[in-house]
Formats: sequence, C-alpha cells, structure tokens
Amino acid sequence: MAEAVHVMAWSSTLLIFLPLLAALLVYLVPGRRLGGWICIGVAASLFAPLVLLARELLAHGPLVFAFGGHDAPIGIELAADGLALAMLWLTNVIMLAVHAYTNSWIERDPDFRAVEFRTLVLLMWSGLNGLFLSADLFNLYVMLEIVTLTAVPLVVLSRGGTALRAAMRYLIFALTGSILYLLGVALVYADTGLLAISLLDANTLTGPVAATALAAMTAGLAMKAALFPVHAWLPKAHAVAPSPASALLSALVAKAGAYLVIRLWLGPFAAFDALVLVQGLGAIGVIGILYGSLQALRQPKLKGVIAYSTVAQLGYFLLLLPLATLGAWQGVIYHGLTHGLAKTALFLAAGNLIRATGSDRLEDLGGADRFIGGTLMAIALAGVALAGLPPTGGFIGKWWLIEAALDAGQWWWVIGITAGGLLAAAYVFRVLWFAMHQPDAATPTPDRNRVSLAMVWIPVLLASAAIGLGFTGDLLAPWLAIGAPGFDAGDTP
Amino acid sequence: MSLIYPLTAGVLFAIGLYGILARTELIHRLLGANVMASAVFLYLIVVSTAPEGDPDPVPQAMVLTGIVIAVSLTAFALALLRYFHALSGQRALEDEDDG
Repeated sequence: MAEAVHVMAWSSTLLIFLPLLAALLVYLVPGRRLGGWICIGVAASLFAPLVLLARELLAHGPLVFAFGGHDAPIGIELAADGLALAMLWLTNVIMLAVHAYTNSWIERDPDFRAVEFRTLVLLMWSGLNGLFLSADLFNLYVMLEIVTLTAVPLVVLSRGGTALRAAMRYLIFALTGSILYLLGVALVYADTGLLAISLLDANTLTGPVAATALAAMTAGLAMKAALFPVHAWLPKAHAVAPSPASALLSALVAKAGAYLVIRLWLGPFAAFDALVLVQGLGAIGVIGILYGSLQALRQPKLKGVIAYSTVAQLGYFLLLLPLATLGAWQGVIYHGLTHGLAKTALFLAAGNLIRATGSDRLEDLGGADRFIGGTLMAIALAGVALAGLPPTGGFIGKWWLIEAALDAGQWWWVIGITAGGLLAAAYVFRVLWFAMHQPDAATPTPDRNRVSLAMVWIPVLLASAAIGLGFTGDLLAPWLAIGAPGFDAGDTP
Repeated sequence: MSLIYPLTAGVLFAIGLYGILARTELIHRLLGANVMASAVFLYLIVVSTAPEGDPDPVPQAMVLTGIVIAVSLTAFALALLRYFHALSGQRALEDEDDG
C-alpha cells in the first residue's frame, strides 16, 4: 500500500504540473515546430503515470494523496477512482490526437496562432487533470475557473465578430455559473465546516441550507456544461472556434461540468434522491437529448450539427440520477468515453472538410466523397459509435443504461435512450448524404491538397477507437466500478 | 451575530443576478457578475466570524483566492469587451439568432 501512495503522489504531480510547465515552455520557445513536439512529448510521457495509476487502482481501490502530508480537513487532498481514471485517460488520448492534428494543420495555415493555441490548451489540460483529481469542493472551483479561463480564449482564436459574440455569450454564462457554484461551496461550508468531499456525510447534508447549496451548484455547473435548458451558448461557441479547439471544448470541457454534477448528486448530496427530484432531472436529460438531436437535424452548417449533438449527448449524464445503480454508473462513464472519442473525430473531420471545401455549409459538401473519402469514413464511423449500433462503445454504454432502467422498472428511459441513438444516426448520415450528393455547378471543387494524410488518419483512428470500445466492455468494467458510490441495490451488469 | 451582514449579502446577490439577467449592455452584466461575486465573498466573511475566539481562517482564504479569480476573469472580460466594441461598435449582444 505504501507503494500505491507513492504512485498516486507522483502520478498526480506529473499529471497536473507537466502540462503547466510545458505551457510556459511553449510560450517561451521560438518556432512553431518545436512547440508541437513539446506537446506530443507531454502527452506521450503522461501515459506512464496513467498506466501505473490504473494498475494501483485495480490492486488497492481508490487512492488518496494529501498534499504536504496534511490530511483533510486541514490539507487539500487529491483522489483517484475509476471515474477519475477514465476521464484522465480520455483527456490524455484526446490531447495527444488534437496536438498531433494541430501540428499538421498549422503547416498549411500560416495564420493560425499556434503558440497561443498550444499554451491555452496545455493550461486547460493541467486544469482538467486537476479537476478530475480534486476531492475538495473549493479546489474544484479553482480548477473549473482555470478551465473556463482557457476555454473562452480558445473560441476567440478564430477572430472576427461572430467568434467574439459567441465568446462573450460563453463568458457571461461561465461567470454566472462559477459564482453560483462558489455560493454553493460557501453554503456547504457554513452548514458543515467542511470542504473535502470524502468527509462530507450524505446523512447530515439534508437541511434547507444543503438544498440551496445543491441547487446553486447544480445550476452553476449546468451553465458551464451547457446542460439543457441553459445550453444557449454552446452551439455558437463550439461551432465558431477553430476545429481542434471545438473538439476539446465539446469532448472534454463541457463534460467536466456534467462530471461534477453526477459526482455531487451521487456523493455528498446522495440524500437528495427524492423521486420527484431525480425523475425530474432525468426528464430534463431526455428533453435535452431530443431537443439537441432535433436541432442538429435542421442545422445548415456542418459544425452546427456536431455542436448540437453535444447538447444532446450531455443529456445522458442526467439519466444516471434517477437510475443510480452500478450498471447505470458504468454505462454513463462508457457513454462519456465513446462520446469523447467520437466527438473529437467528428470535429477534426469537420475541420478537414471545411479546409478542403472552404465552406462550413452542408450544401457545399456535394461531391466531397470523391476527394476526401477517408475523412467521410471517419464521420461515418463516429456516427455509428454515437448512434450506439453494435458493436461500438456507444452500444455498450447505452445497453448498460437500458439494462439498469429495466432492472429498476423505469422502462420510460429506454425510449429516450433509444430515440437519442436513432436521431444521432439520422443527423450524422444527413451530413454524409450531403457529401455524397451530386454537386451542382456552383459548388466549389474540394481541394485535397489542403488536407494532409495525418489530418485524415487521426479522426479515422479516433472513430475506430470509439468503435473498438465496443469490444472492451467486460475488460474495462472492473475499473469503472472502483470507488463507485455505494448504491442501494448491489447489481452489476 | 448581527443579521445585517448576511442580509446585505443576500440583497447584493439578488441585485447582481438581476443585473445579469435583465440588462443587455455587456458592461452592466459584467458589473452584475462582480456584485454577485462580492455578495458571496461577504457571505463567506460572515461564515468565518465566530461569536467568541478567533475567526475561522478557511473562508478568508477562500475569499482571497476568489478575489484573485474574479479579478482575472473581470480583466479578461473587459479586454474581450473592448475588442468587441472596437470591432462591432456595439455595446450589447443582439438576440439569439445572430449566428
């Protein structure tokens, strides 16, 4: 066990500080190429602590690391469990892919602000890793702010009035959200005198102060995660950001808020499981799934489709609250992993299409299949994974969720889960339909030379990984169960 | 302990929230957010006071960190706002359908 503590200490230090230091380095070193190699190096070297962490977690269960040897409540603790590990792995894989893609992207785009992009992304990376490892309500607030302060500038990187407008709207939502979250933290501290999640007892957090705190925190996090109905900023911001940035915002940043919502509701605030409350939140989740999908179906622009799809896919996270079993817990995490990989693939592939055709409009994609077939294959594969057709990661996640719903006798969620899958298939294949459509005379011919081979293969690999997750369900399930909240019924998938 | 401080915090929070929701000019909304944040800081200071003995330092540390974060966010928002104003000549975001 002593070794496990050691591994946790080293791993969490590296995961948080390596991207942070690299951010400073990238900002200082001259040359666009060297900075790219630093980013790849960080991603590659962080796999070592992630592998060690995975091994120790399986052997010893959840790990805790107290900074400076001061245990909570005096010190601030970092903690890792199955959910945190899954999110850390997802972050690292996506960061590696996005940096590799960007390195290739900037060679053909001298105007792209590579140094700013890399610095912001590395800082965001540090913040995300810190967020997934934090086990202290106030520390989580600080990490959330680091992520926000790096996410909003990424939207502005594409410049122009539309981007500024989208970024301003995002910032207003994020500001309000963070103050609401901080109010929740203050109320919890006033009520209990504690901030460490591990010390907060669900049996004592039941009064009106705790209820107000939970409401404020949930509202604040929902604004940051763009959960329906406070999603208005997301489609614009994610659609207008440079494609590699959109991928990170959709796959990781929005998910961080949803991650905290389920952590809070199933952790320290587990006592608020009144039927009306959790069924209502689940219903909001389903409405979000349907609304986001239907909006995605009627978007005229490619990135609009993918951005609204994020609004829809985030709705699945709320389904965990009414179900609250181990099976649903694993299903939601699995869904999150698949969505992260597939969404990154979609945004990077969209970047290729926009690059090649010079347009973001679906109508201008006509005939693209003859020029950039690999990119369209990535979109098709990612679409299959999002729709949850077997044998993909999306299928496993949805299957576990459906099983949990049927076991709990709550068959009505099955309708929402299935409808979301079918609609995902519809909106992704609508994009492909446009691309395979006969071009009319006005359509510009796609220029394949503006897209490099690496830019085609990275989304294909990511989408294949989202499908590959369909074969690893039984393998990964034990990890996802580590440190899962003690649910009432002890059922497993 | 006097009730005036928590009540002031509550009123300030409501004023700030109203500013964000009801005003359209961006600078007003930003000020609203700052008033809201100050309300939370005031509330944290209320939490830190003890009827007798030393005050609790943890909420004070939270306020200090919170101020740092609020200042950085405000600075960034102001820079963005100026840039937006210089580019578009507008002071407020138009309606939802401007995409």
